[in-house]
Amino acid sequence: MTQKYLLSIYQPDGEVPPPEVLDPIMENLGKLNEEMQTSGAWVFAVGLHPPSTATVLRAKDDDVLMTDGPFVEGKEHIGGFTVIQAADLDEALEWGRRLATVLSPLSIEVRPIAF
Amino acid sequence: MIEEIFRAEYGRAVSVLTRVLGDIDLAEEAVQDAFTTAAEQWPVKGVPPAPAGWIITTARNRAIDRLRRETKGHEKHVQAALLQHEPDEEVGDVPDDRLRLIFTCCHPSLALQAQVALTLKLLGGLTTAEIARAFLVPEPTMAQRIVRAKGKIRAARIPYRVPRDADLPGRLKAVLAVVYLIFNEGYLDRESLEAEAIRLGRVLAGLMPDEPEVWGLLALMLLVASRRRARLRDGEIVLLEHQDRSEWDAGLIAEGQDIVRRCLRWNQPGPYQIQAAINAVHSDPPTDWHQVVALYDQLMAITPSPVVALHRAVAVAEVEGPEKALHEVDALELDRYHLFHAVRADLLTRLGRDPVAALEAALERAEHPAERDLLRKRLGLAAADQQDHADEHDQHDHDPQPGGNATGLR
Repeated sequence: MTQKYLLSIYQPDGEVPPPEVLDPIMENLGKLNEEMQTSGAWVFAVGLHPPSTATVLRAKDDDVLMTDGPFVEGKEHIGGFTVIQAADLDEALEWGRRLATVLSPLSIEVRPIAF
Repeated sequence: MIEEIFRAEYGRAVSVLTRVLGDIDLAEEAVQDAFTTAAEQWPVKGVPPAPAGWIITTARNRAIDRLRRETKGHEKHVQAALLQHEPDEEVGDVPDDRLRLIFTCCHPSLALQAQVALTLKLLGGLTTAEIARAFLVPEPTMAQRIVRAKGKIRAARIPYRVPRDADLPGRLKAVLAVVYLIFNEGYLDRESLEAEAIRLGRVLAGLMPDEPEVWGLLALMLLVASRRRARLRDGEIVLLEHQDRSEWDAGLIAEGQDIVRRCLRWNQPGPYQIQAAINAVHSDPPTDWHQVVALYDQLMAITPSPVVALHRAVAVAEVEGPEKALHEVDALELDRYHLFHAVRADLLTRLGRDPVAALEAALERAEHPAERDLLRKRLGLAAADQQDHADEHDQHDHDPQPGGNATGLR
């Protein structure tokens, strides 16, 4: 019996780092994803476009209101996420730890998926 | 009788039932049911020959009844069926069960406060109301904290398991920190917490007899606790050097010193063992300050921190004099810590300088009423002292160094 976990990647708003910084990070991320796949932990992973490209919808009465931009404006946003399956939190945290190391100094939030 | 058994056996029973039922809440309910039954039956039928085993078996049977009664859900029925067919031996106490539960309660993904509350609730058998009182928070706040933590254990699947060897040192450190925190919360006036921490320390030492730091923590707690009665007089703090030694608990001292000697033979020093050794030296007056300084040097080498350096400086004052000690203290960045200012005040006094500003700074930062009283008293004496000097440069018959060394020495 396994439990699914969402590993969210939090990154600061603003410019993405230049290729000489980003490329080796992406290469290591690719390797980690492969390792997750080989081990059977990997379920799903995405990287997102910046929050400025987002649209927020909310139903009100018979209408649905539309707002340009992300739901919450903050200093950080979710830049991407990975869904994994693991036997327990320790196993999930170990993958989270690996992800945080590859993506240092970004924070990773590990959260169990309910359904 | 039931109360004693409850205190002693609650954690064991909950840990066994958590393994059997796979859920902490179900385990707690079952164990509470069993104790309720005991309270009804024992006074009439007499206490069973093996009360702890009786509680565990009854709790298991109650859990099965409850699962059958409360749900028609397929999954829980299956669970109840499984329980029924489980051979009885497995329901007995597996020594590792309580360890598993301790490591679950002290999982690093839980906030420290939650770790402390869970440990006291599940292993100590304290009620939510008792824990709330001990930590001076409203009961609903504590109840919410415990519910939230248990919810996280279940949803995030915090494992019910002793960590593998590679993770054990780090995880054990967290467990010991929780027990020591409970002990320190109880140190001045909440005796039940101090006693509970020692009880947990003994359980840990029994479960992990090969871990020197576990013994180190137990010895440290025993030696500090041995001076409990002498430490407060009419609600006022009495510093170590002024304590009435006849009030020290010789039994606790002997036990603590014995463990310290065993730790020395182990020769795998750690922060708790060294602190225990320092307290062992203090328990054998007159204090050998050279040895204390040497032990603090060792502690600084393993866990350097300004607070350790402050305590070391107090010992340095005894060996090399207050001038040298003040020099070392002044180099520390501990402005927010009341003992930093209290130690400075003491050293200044001993150097014949004015301690009033330092005492005022200490008083501003101290929180515990007994500590504040002590500082106020010293402040009064220091003011009077300055006045005497100003008036007549006279000899006075009270202690010329009021308060002595007001450090953490207890």
